[in-house]
Amino acid sequence: MENELKFHYMVHTSLDVVDEKISAMGKALVDQRELYLGLLYPTEDYKVYGYVTNSKVKFVMVVDSSNTALRDNEIRSMFRKLHNSYTDVMCNPFYNPGDRIQSRVFDNMVTSMMIQVC
Amino acid sequence: MADEALFLLLHNEMVAGVYKSAEQGEVENGRCITKLENMGFRVGQGLIERFTKDTARFKDELDIMKFICKDFWTTVFKKQIDNLRTNHQGIYVLQDNKFRLLTQMSAGKQYLEHASKANFR
Repeated sequence: MENELKFHYMVHTSLDVVDEKISAMGKALVDQRELYLGLLYPTEDYKVYGYVTNSKVKFVMVVDSSNTALRDNEIRSMFRKLHNSYTDVMCNPFYNPGDRIQSRVFDNMVTSMMIQVC
Repeated sequence: MADEALFLLLHNEMVAGVYKSAEQGEVENGRCITKLENMGFRVGQGLIERFTKDTARFKDELDIMKFICKDFWTTVFKKQIDNLRTNHQGIYVLQDNKFRLLTQMSAGKQYLEHASKANFR
């Protein structure tokens, strides 16, 4: 229970950093991806990555720091996969934007992704 | 070629269907228009998610408008927007002189009424 709350809090605070980055973008720095190692808590070594789509949807990923094998490219490809699955969820006419995502396909994709890196 | 006609027919039937189902319930005309608008909005959302997935980030509002007028309109209606006007204060007017969903309708009086309903979609 406590862990979940911690993660929620982390994700929440990282949203501010995401907004900051977007507004600071100005001239074309990076294309669409937004990789950053913000919020590296000294005690709780987690790395937080962000990704923003053109439709202003934000994906936030929290990774354990002890997992040093995880590289930039892998994170990028994970975000791509997330984005693709999210697009599929959006196109589902029974899905109302803003609801909690309950698609099994989506969940399976996320689980398989996490298994891959652990 | 053929599938365009199919879609147009389906589209018109949907508009008629919404109105017919409203007749049995409440008789409020505004409700139907809202329903159709919401349907169009939802479809648009899905389409946009798919199209913007691979495009570069939009730097400002102008980029967004350009994307809508050129890329989006071309993909959906196979042509670009004919005229874009703005008052530089957040209002944009897009003008399409030959809206694909309406070109096949003849100009009899009976059809013009339905055209305005189809327009909202």
